[in-house]
Amino acid sequence: MFGEMIRQKSFGVSLAVFLVLLLAPSFLPRFYIYLLAVIFVTALLAMSLNLCVGHGMLFQFHHGVFYGVGAYTAGLLLAKTSIPWWMAFVAGPLAAAFAGLLIGLFCIRLNKLYFGMLQISLGSLIWAIAFRWYGLTGGDDGIHGIPIPDFIASTTGSYYFVLIVLGICLFLMYLILKSPFGSTLQAIRDNPERCAAVGIHVRHHQLKTIVIATFFGGVAGVLFVVVEGSIFPDLLFWVLSLEIFIMCLLGGWFTFAGPILGAAIIVSLRTFVGTYTEYWTLILGVILILLIFFLPEGIMGYNYRQLFRSRTKYAHDSQME
Amino acid sequence: MLRVEDLHKSFDDFKAVNGAHLTVESGQLVAVIGPNGAGKTTLFNLITGQLQPGRGRILLNDEDISKLPPHVICRKGIARSFQIANVFPRLSVFRNVQVSVLSQQKLSNKLFRPASQIAIEETGRILESVGLVDKKMDLAGSLSHGDKRILEIAIALGNEPELLILDEPTAGMSPDETATTMALIQRLAADQGLTILFCEHDMEVVFGTAQSIMVMQQGGTIVQGDPQTVRHNTEVQEAYLGDE
Repeated sequence: MFGEMIRQKSFGVSLAVFLVLLLAPSFLPRFYIYLLAVIFVTALLAMSLNLCVGHGMLFQFHHGVFYGVGAYTAGLLLAKTSIPWWMAFVAGPLAAAFAGLLIGLFCIRLNKLYFGMLQISLGSLIWAIAFRWYGLTGGDDGIHGIPIPDFIASTTGSYYFVLIVLGICLFLMYLILKSPFGSTLQAIRDNPERCAAVGIHVRHHQLKTIVIATFFGGVAGVLFVVVEGSIFPDLLFWVLSLEIFIMCLLGGWFTFAGPILGAAIIVSLRTFVGTYTEYWTLILGVILILLIFFLPEGIMGYNYRQLFRSRTKYAHDSQME
Repeated sequence: MLRVEDLHKSFDDFKAVNGAHLTVESGQLVAVIGPNGAGKTTLFNLITGQLQPGRGRILLNDEDISKLPPHVICRKGIARSFQIANVFPRLSVFRNVQVSVLSQQKLSNKLFRPASQIAIEETGRILESVGLVDKKMDLAGSLSHGDKRILEIAIALGNEPELLILDEPTAGMSPDETATTMALIQRLAADQGLTILFCEHDMEVVFGTAQSIMVMQQGGTIVQGDPQTVRHNTEVQEAYLGDE
């Protein structure tokens, strides 16, 4: 089953990167370990969004909501109840997937941009709840000092936890994209009308994709709580959703690992630029403008060609097996 | 097998299909002919569910399918190709066909098994039967126009249809490609016992291959019958063939 995967060159590279990251805490200062953990969390979030955007052409404009739902569910359960930590950790992604199903049921009836617009509206409702319901959520202050289990409470502990969960999630996403489900999803992306004509229930398939993507988004939310020990309404705000959307575009939305690269660039910029200026969103805007102007058709045009080349190459590889 | 009765479809004030009748018997090779704008493509889109008829019935083995969505109609045994090459441009030729084979085998939802190990034989057999094996790893978007049209037919075959509907299978092809494609269609009909319904505006092609021909004009059916009957029908001669 894994034979084909292991023979690929990219698998060796990923394995090497993973090993280096495992050793990172022994030679990197604490701040950078923390920063890496934040990048991992954001990368998982962007990867989950890209299941919809890049592989399914579903304009999930407000994906941050599901990140927030995952984080709030886990955070509130940890802070306000005495249930075991692992149950809170499992509840986060499940709640996110459920929210994804609910919002998806409405949005899936619409196409392209209209899908995205409705998503923003419905997502903002959830943001409003988190923002306004002081009694439960702490309103705009959020909740801080959420009790995290001891073994992952330290910077290094949370780093390893996030790294391992990220690794598992990436592996699962890879399997999903290479599975019949993933092939069919990419076929729907390329040509929904043709898919319907070969007997595929297009809307069902898309809805399942949304549920899977929001589940992984929820996992990222839980990891955020692990790293930061707090929750606040910005997690569900549309600005964050825009940021992760840009990460997908920047890194290359038709590639598997592109969003990871995008997340690394944006989070690093935000961290280092953020120390000089409060106007981080201004920089983000400039990045967006540069993307549109200097990479025609967004970064997509460039990646499209890359994709053609790498796919053909990969295709020849597997032909030789 | 397929019976279309008094079918109507209007777009605003334009009556695209206006009283169409069609009968397809099992194992037949049936052609629909008519000038551009006669409503051939609209008729096919109505049969396969891309459009909903305003009036009339479409019966597949005596079951009314006129209100069903495309994916359900496909599952009932009708597969089709489209007039404009309608493939999955960013997937390999192999994947293009595999997607429909997977759908046919109800495996489209399998999550954790690599697709590269499922339905390989079936997909390979189809590619072989249409002659695209050499190009199976090419991206569909990079194929020539003629090959894309053939790939379309291959995708439709993945559904193991009872009835295969081809919307102008030779549109835009060179005479050579046209001959090859028609030979392929005849071979498929003969070897696999497929029932095929196609439309075409090349007269030579139609009268040389079809066992039954339905003539459309301005959305309505003038006549349906074997090539001889159609050729000698006065209405058809006036309306379509000219006065030769």
